[in-house]
Amino acid sequence: MKKDNILLGVCSLMLSGLSTNLSAQVGEPYIHDPSTIMECDGKYYTFGTGGGGLISEDGWTWNSGAVRPGRGAAPDAIKIGDRYLVAYSSTGGGLGGGHSGQVLTMWNKTLDPTSPDFKFTDPIVVASSEEDEDCDAIDAGLLLDPTDGRLWLSYGTYFGFIRLVELDPETGKRVEGNEPINIAIDCEATDLLYRDGWYYLLGTHGTCCDGPNSTYNIVVGRSRKVTGPYVDNMGRKMLEGGGKMVIAARNGMTGAGHFGRYIETEGVEKMSCHFEADFKRGGRSVLAIYPLLWRNGWPVAGDLFKEGTYEIESERRGYALELAVDFIRMDAPRYRFWEKVEEPVVPLKPQTLDDVIDTWPKGNIDVRIGDYMFRPHQKWTITAVPDAGGYLGAPYYKIVIEGTNRALSAAEGAEVVTVPEFTGSPEQLWRIEQLIDGTYRIMPKHIPGCDEELVLVSVGDSTPSLGKFDMNSDNSKWNFRDY
Amino acid sequence: MNYNKFKIFLFSCLLSIVPNIYSQSDISSTDFSNYFSPPSKGVMTPDSDGFIRRWLLLEPINKPNRSNTVFTDSYIREVFATEYFPTQFTKIPSDGDKVKVGDQKLKWHALDSKLFNVKLFRFASNLDKQVYGVIFWAVTVIECAEDIENVRMAVGSNSASMWWLNGEEAVILSGDRRMVKDDCMSRRLTLKKGKNVVRGAVINGPGMSDFCLRFVYENGEPVKDITISFK
Repeated sequence: MKKDNILLGVCSLMLSGLSTNLSAQVGEPYIHDPSTIMECDGKYYTFGTGGGGLISEDGWTWNSGAVRPGRGAAPDAIKIGDRYLVAYSSTGGGLGGGHSGQVLTMWNKTLDPTSPDFKFTDPIVVASSEEDEDCDAIDAGLLLDPTDGRLWLSYGTYFGFIRLVELDPETGKRVEGNEPINIAIDCEATDLLYRDGWYYLLGTHGTCCDGPNSTYNIVVGRSRKVTGPYVDNMGRKMLEGGGKMVIAARNGMTGAGHFGRYIETEGVEKMSCHFEADFKRGGRSVLAIYPLLWRNGWPVAGDLFKEGTYEIESERRGYALELAVDFIRMDAPRYRFWEKVEEPVVPLKPQTLDDVIDTWPKGNIDVRIGDYMFRPHQKWTITAVPDAGGYLGAPYYKIVIEGTNRALSAAEGAEVVTVPEFTGSPEQLWRIEQLIDGTYRIMPKHIPGCDEELVLVSVGDSTPSLGKFDMNSDNSKWNFRDY
Repeated sequence: MNYNKFKIFLFSCLLSIVPNIYSQSDISSTDFSNYFSPPSKGVMTPDSDGFIRRWLLLEPINKPNRSNTVFTDSYIREVFATEYFPTQFTKIPSDGDKVKVGDQKLKWHALDSKLFNVKLFRFASNLDKQVYGVIFWAVTVIECAEDIENVRMAVGSNSASMWWLNGEEAVILSGDRRMVKDDCMSRRLTLKKGKNVVRGAVINGPGMSDFCLRFVYENGEPVKDITISFK
């Protein structure tokens, strides 16, 4: 290979690596039907169809290594007390064949296969379907009802009905005498969740297992009772095929399927799914993690943070994060508003970094919040930092003034400053997460002299600092504007 | 209704209108008594929202500025670092003390503000002093029974201002600024047991001038378990 070709190859790899970072997870996140993500002793786990699953140390880099016996399709997992309950099916369903299936459950004290406590209990059959029944007993979804502690299992595919049965949260067995209830059609890989007095049934529609041509997508209906009827935003029952879109193809990936919900804290929720084909990874099925938003009582996938140059707008008053430097006025012709101007219109040139940078101090510069005027001291370029690790679903970012290496940094005393050069130190790495209302929280990886987990807050209209995240306060929320 | 009863009714209606007219005239009044009172003799505490209403105010120093847009950080740091009178940053003045600033002889006034925001403009206008192109100095003393840690000084001012706690810079408000409750915050600081001196300077070109100041805890709640005095 010629030197030029080597350079070209390296550049291509770097570029593809960067763009990959901004869509799916990094590492080897290859999976189909990922179970709801579980955290266990500081690591994240998800299991998939066909056995096994993925492990992540930080929620961003995923590799194979999770262990689940029993192969079969589309498992789910839930933590009850200090144990993990895994539900899976012993078969893979039958598109053109039989529909005999079984859903089984088993417990484990830990999901870490290297732990001496790692041992699954013997699986128990909790639901089944006959060869010619209008149901495939596969694709388990688990819900522990937070209102009364009852445990529910949904299962089924396109062939017939999605069904619901009740399990015993102590044993994982089917509640004695419980009979299945039909709750939907036209779905597979269902999951259940509860929020604010509503039960939500999330199902996967579309065509499975067809790579770049898969039309898989996740839809939702809701009900006041866990037993249904589940109805979509148009009042159509899921037993009639209804469902409101949660996520479909996006970001160069097709075939979104098998929903899972993960609550970080109040106001910060994530959803997991797979995409049947990640185009950047040759069409392989990959794990994807997105912010989960709630709009008018309906869940919808949020957006992965997009690298770029932004105004960082405080939700508190709408002012913008900026360097605490002298405001440099712009010269422009003045006109009387009430008089006709004869001269031709000449566009104003925006203020540039070169116009002002020599007026800025060379060392650390404080930050404040002020009226946004699209000036150089208010424009922040935000990019992922390769090899800096991440958190559930995203990498760490650096936040610098556009055209410079001047970086936003956490500082002693739980305050924020900018430093003249980005060095990659942990106080200069930022976690950016979309909240359930579509705004964002911004959190440093590390705060010098502080062990608390704090986020960027507006303590005054014009003053930023670091403080405890509070979803009920606009002080904790920010927007990224491309103005 | 007979005629006499009608007259009584009409009179009653007029009476009910009078207070409204009177109240309207109150709103329009810019009398000193609408904004300030002589300091009360009892112990002064912050108001129900934590605002400090007891201040020593110096009559305005002449500092001509045709526009407030010049109040950059550099400008106000330079202006407020200037010594206008001796012991400007050290002495707690007394009511009636006089200082000489250039050709001006200016007097300190001990006052309680009737509003959460201290209306500097009305302080000056009611003393027949200049209201535009001015610098105001303000001092108060906060007394604490114990150290109160991790509080912030919360200031709003029209226009720019700087504030010091016990001689240390606490907050700077630059730019052509409107007075807004909790606009700018200091970093976390400690109100120490005993006396704490708060000193501030507000600069204004044209337009209204006032400020409001309180201390808030980490959760945003106001600090109220303090007393306020002039010495």
